[in-house]
Amino acid sequence: MFPFLTVLIALPVVGAALLWALPASARTKAREIALGVTVAEAALFVVMALQFDKADAGAIQFAETHAWIPQIGASWALGVNGLGLLMIALSVILVPLAILAGWREETDATRRRNYMALVLLGQAFMVGIFAARDVFLFYVLFEAMLVPLYFLIGGFGGAQRRYAAVKFLLYSLVGGLIMLVAVVALYFVGEGGEQAFLIDNLTGMEMSSTTERLLFLGFFLAFAIKAPMVPLHTWLPTVAEEARPGTTALLVAVLDKIGTFGMITLCLTMFPNASQWAAPVIIVLAVISVIYGALLAIGQKNMMRLVAFTSVSHFGVMILGIFAFQQTSMEGAALYMFNHGLSTAALFFLVGFLIERTGSADLADYGGLQRVIPVFAGSFLIVGMSAAALPGLSPFVSEIMVFIGAYPVAKAAVIVSAISVVLAALYILLTYKKVFTGPVLEGSEGTREMTLREKLVAWPLIVAMLVLGFLPGLAIDYVREPAADAVAYVAIEEANA
Amino acid sequence: MNFVTPEIAWAPLTPILIVLGAAAAGVLVESFIKTPATRRVVQLWLSGAALLAALVAVVVQWGGLEGAAGTVVMSGKITVDLQSLAWQLMLLIFAVLSVLLFASKTSDNEESFTALGSVAPGSVEEKLARRAGLQVTEVFPLALFAVGGMMLFTCVTDLIFLFVALELFSLPLYILVALARRRRLLSQEAALKYFLLGAFSSAIFLFGAALVYGATTQIDVAFIGIAIEIVDGRDGMLLLGAVMVIVGLMFKIGAAPFHSWVPDVYQGAPTPVTAFMGAATKAAATAALIRVMYLAFYPLEWELSWMFWAVAILSMALGTVLALVQTDIKRMLAYSAVAHAGFILVAFAGLEAEALAALPFYLLTYGLATIGAFAIITQVRERAEDGGVGAEAVRLGQWAGLGKRSPLLAGAMALFLLSFAGIPLTAGFIGKFEVFSAAVAGGAWILVLIAVIASAVAAFFYVRLIVLMFFTDVPEGAEDSIAVGNEPLSRVVIYLTAIAILVLGILPSGVLELFQESAVFLVIGG
Repeated sequence: MFPFLTVLIALPVVGAALLWALPASARTKAREIALGVTVAEAALFVVMALQFDKADAGAIQFAETHAWIPQIGASWALGVNGLGLLMIALSVILVPLAILAGWREETDATRRRNYMALVLLGQAFMVGIFAARDVFLFYVLFEAMLVPLYFLIGGFGGAQRRYAAVKFLLYSLVGGLIMLVAVVALYFVGEGGEQAFLIDNLTGMEMSSTTERLLFLGFFLAFAIKAPMVPLHTWLPTVAEEARPGTTALLVAVLDKIGTFGMITLCLTMFPNASQWAAPVIIVLAVISVIYGALLAIGQKNMMRLVAFTSVSHFGVMILGIFAFQQTSMEGAALYMFNHGLSTAALFFLVGFLIERTGSADLADYGGLQRVIPVFAGSFLIVGMSAAALPGLSPFVSEIMVFIGAYPVAKAAVIVSAISVVLAALYILLTYKKVFTGPVLEGSEGTREMTLREKLVAWPLIVAMLVLGFLPGLAIDYVREPAADAVAYVAIEEANA
Repeated sequence: MNFVTPEIAWAPLTPILIVLGAAAAGVLVESFIKTPATRRVVQLWLSGAALLAALVAVVVQWGGLEGAAGTVVMSGKITVDLQSLAWQLMLLIFAVLSVLLFASKTSDNEESFTALGSVAPGSVEEKLARRAGLQVTEVFPLALFAVGGMMLFTCVTDLIFLFVALELFSLPLYILVALARRRRLLSQEAALKYFLLGAFSSAIFLFGAALVYGATTQIDVAFIGIAIEIVDGRDGMLLLGAVMVIVGLMFKIGAAPFHSWVPDVYQGAPTPVTAFMGAATKAAATAALIRVMYLAFYPLEWELSWMFWAVAILSMALGTVLALVQTDIKRMLAYSAVAHAGFILVAFAGLEAEALAALPFYLLTYGLATIGAFAIITQVRERAEDGGVGAEAVRLGQWAGLGKRSPLLAGAMALFLLSFAGIPLTAGFIGKFEVFSAAVAGGAWILVLIAVIASAVAAFFYVRLIVLMFFTDVPEGAEDSIAVGNEPLSRVVIYLTAIAILVLGILPSGVLELFQESAVFLVIGG
């Protein structure tokens, strides 16, 4: 069979290498080349997705297993189930849009070339992580991804970007290195051998409950930093404020999903008992994230920080859905991972467009734009309402599934979290009111209306959210069985105990 | 008592003999070829050819073993086994790369070494020597002597012989350190410090060996191991002796608290010498420490483990914390070397078999990155007042904006730094993974946890340099202050090491296999 996943990983790497090898005279075409590569990537993905057997979405498909470093038990093992497929879809959709969104951000041809090449590298890592079926491979990509991201954040963006990049790197590195200890230990806890790190070989391991809990914590900590969970979230607002909107969009919409993705595919399957043991504390922290993130979002003056805090809140909802261990809540969480990607990325892109116009992310610098740029205002409102989970838009479906699914086992948590729906409406509408209503701010009468390029970025996302809002089944079919499997892992262990 | 002349099988010593023979020939070249320029070329070709020939000899010998563990050269004194062959191979690779650096010259035709080592810095004689075009080409035979000594160090199985080999490779290094062309006072001070502390540590080693002999009546490492299990009643003396022997070796590895020479010597020595020492001395000393621990002192594992833990933790903590506050790039890498000494010692926890493959791999990756990084330092130079190329730009601030001046060099440097930091897809990560695996296999996961925290802190100062190179603009008015060299020999070293770091990081399987095969000792007697 055609090795779809390997090619999907290799293609952006080749694209990045090509960009770096470009002669100086051809560097002005870097954007076009990068966009071409990502579109080719998307086309290849579509071909793959069409061959995906939806009826068997829980099973690993397009599996490839090759010996990589047999001496330490690592394999080049790839494969996706429905959840992995959705996550890869998210990255192949959003990366070209991010390139398009940042089309005019950089004037220097060499810097622009570097930015594009780094974005392509980032895409290769994203696809690789969501496709990895080997813990060692997962870890390697998880950590190595920090390098292009570090350069993306530190090289391009606001005045404090270097500080933000270092903060991001240190947070991620601490989590990653603690995870490394757990990865090393896994080899000795598991069967060992040349395929010691295959996830399939690491389920149902016999180990003492202390070992399992320590290993679980090693992995979970890294994931909780990635999927910014209070109190490990503080890197995100800083990064969001300083990095390019395109970078931030990819970071929050796709890369941070690695956290929740890892919780489902690694923590729950390898350490079901420990997951149960830790669930009460995690749910409490998730609820705190939900409320705290929403409250802080209301108080923000910088729009990028604001959107970042809304994401902290939404990630809390996903984590709540995962650790409630219910079929519906797990499905909801998995679905939310996809929908939140669409919604947040759109929001970051739109804020980025505003910044492009005025050079400021500060709410105080805006007012009354509704009358000047009505189309933009309308688009912003729809995207904003999707973040506030308005019915008819896809995030609503996933959020309601999480709450309904989790209610029987975590009533208090759901009730408290549901307050966030009100808070969400508040932070979105307050922002909209400040930026778009009221008297037109002096000097902003000539603000440019939404351009074709901006429509090309934002509207497909809006359409996707509307479609999935009314026909959520299109996506749920992909996550139902993976969610059922994840729940089953925990339930079986519970039954044995 | 009969004295029996030992039978010596010379063949397995061929690589060492080639290197030492070429070193002796190099001394003759010094006497017989008068023109400095010709001499330099002859020395370069002689040492290069000798090292490559030795490399081939090692490979041939490895192949000739056909699954056997090794060959006994001199009953119980020298044993060339797979483990030592692996280390010899590594040392020769480091030596070849370093010799290329030794021979490298700037675009102004300036070498890294002083024109005449015996004259006072800044004196009239020095100027005259420089004008006369004199060159200290002794550096090549000296380096060969050091390499020969190190290679011997990896296959000696007797504490007294170990001492002889230790001195054989240390003495040429003391001289090499003193020969810097610029900042000569610093260089001479470093050499004196290195010599005094080195002599001190050698004495401690020798005293320790004497105590161990007193307790066990053995000097052969394998017999010491056996004797320790039989003999009792002299535990205090034995333990003290063992500790002192280990301290002598840890000094060479550069672990805290025996590290005080490291920053000064790394800073003061001519940069090619720093590269060579940083890579090769650590490797040779680790090889000897492995042999001593696994063959002689393994019964004392429990008693000595506190020492390894303490030294490892102290080295990692001290190395990373002090590296954070350095402003001189060579000193920063020196403290990073101390931290890496700590990581090396982490692998000794539990004395597991895994460490026998993990440590050579770790030292290989570390050594390659070290040579590469110092090779880059030789290329980044200040611009002299007359517009020529000046001294190396070692202040961290001078590296600002290097990514713009020379993207390739800055990229390679970033790669080496990421490898030091142990970021995946570089060789350093696989090395760290191996070392941590060995420690976890020995049950020391708490030590590994401390090590990863140290790694995270260490990453901070590696990354700081990357920030400087790529994200900081060249200071206003200083656009012309730095000259990036383009010396072909150094460039070759930089590119080769960079490629090796990437290949070992992405496809390490073949090399890992090699080192796993070599994870055996040949023990005679018993």
